[in-house]
Amino acid sequence: MVKQLVAVFLAAILTENYVLSKFLGICPFLGVSKKVNTALGMSAAVTFVMVLATAVTYPIYENILVPFGLEYLQTIVFILVIAGLVQLVEIILKKYMPPLYNSLGIYLPLITTNCAVLGVTMLVLEKAAQDPSYTYVTALVNAFGAGIGFLVAMVIFAGVRGRLETADIPKSLKGLPITLVSASLVSVSFLGFAGLVEGLMG
Amino acid sequence: MNSILIAVIVVGAIGLVVAVVLALASAFFAVPVDERVERLTEALPGANCGACGYSGCSGYADALAKGDAKPGQCPVGGDETAKTVAAILGVEAESGVPTSARVMCSGSCDNTGKRVNYKGIASCSAAVQLLGGGGKCTYGCIGLGDCVKECDFGAIKVCNGVAVVNEELCRSCNKCAAVCPKSLIRIVPRRSAAVLCSNFDKGTQTKDDCKVGCIGCMKCQKACEFGAIKVERFKATVDPELCTLCGRCAEVCPKGVIALPFVEAGQ
Repeated sequence: MVKQLVAVFLAAILTENYVLSKFLGICPFLGVSKKVNTALGMSAAVTFVMVLATAVTYPIYENILVPFGLEYLQTIVFILVIAGLVQLVEIILKKYMPPLYNSLGIYLPLITTNCAVLGVTMLVLEKAAQDPSYTYVTALVNAFGAGIGFLVAMVIFAGVRGRLETADIPKSLKGLPITLVSASLVSVSFLGFAGLVEGLMG
Repeated sequence: MNSILIAVIVVGAIGLVVAVVLALASAFFAVPVDERVERLTEALPGANCGACGYSGCSGYADALAKGDAKPGQCPVGGDETAKTVAAILGVEAESGVPTSARVMCSGSCDNTGKRVNYKGIASCSAAVQLLGGGGKCTYGCIGLGDCVKECDFGAIKVCNGVAVVNEELCRSCNKCAAVCPKSLIRIVPRRSAAVLCSNFDKGTQTKDDCKVGCIGCMKCQKACEFGAIKVERFKATVDPELCTLCGRCAEVCPKGVIALPFVEAGQ
């Protein structure tokens, strides 16, 4: 059980990295990765919302959509629930944790439409359908791992972009082109993790 | 038909629950907002330069609303903004002395020369690390325009190898002064004379380096009736508090390095 959770957690970070392997959540990945500080703030908010969203959407899917035979409405219902959830979190944070709200506040509306969050909630269900030993707890661990994977990708890329600042870049590649090229290189480097978790956990 | 109905009802119900929860939450967790903050933020220039000492205009507006800050602290907005802000807060505005940044160097290409031919990165902060920049005068303006890049208002230009502030456009936000590796830029009251030189070398050395360098001859100090000029370490400095803009110092200066910028601008 624990072994499975660890394997799921590591796989979500390294081999199934949502940004670098599945190419979800590219918008915040490119937009907020200029500085390590903001990258950390955004990733913390994303991780939090991913876990929370999975915690809510998983039971909704199992207990409401499946009994009514409405699996095909998964996408629209999840978008609705996630958007509402993020708004709720924002309101509560504003009231009870103003410092946290001030540091995460600007990222929360961005997360509402972050496809990495939607991707996690949907792919978790796909996995659960294939593997009977995949439970609610596994799904939560998977979501948390996906968030940490997002954080790792953001922080690594913020470092790469820091180097780009001082690099002598050809004029035609300045700005977004060189950012996309370096993002693809970082993504290629993550391909090296393929098979790592299966090898470790046997 | 039935399946469509079920789908509509289920999604509608979920949407309704989310809406009700959000509506309740926004009512229960409502945070009282000081509406003055919004009006204050609007009244401020929005330059977010930080010259007031707070983190941007919204930070200053917060501090104003809480009573931690005074209206006149925004040099960018000047007197007008101070008045609007004071009106919103319902207090009296203190009018400040109009100030401007000034580059304390006159070492243009005609007046001074190069010691080395610097061809590195076009930035003062980079050039200064190589033998203190390429100019003959080690105190003078490097002229690569770090201050120009820093200025949000387009008030600084490098003319003929030396940075010059357009006082009409300058908002005294102090950003240029902070970035100058030679610390040549000062925020001073507009209505005051200024010795546009920062060379602390002895007179003979200064003469060799620059045609218009202050040589510390003491003539201006003697000529000033108000005691506004002092020569220290071979360079004269004007105390803007005491200066009356009489222009005597500029008349006697053998190097012509004392300027009355405000007077010359047509006053």
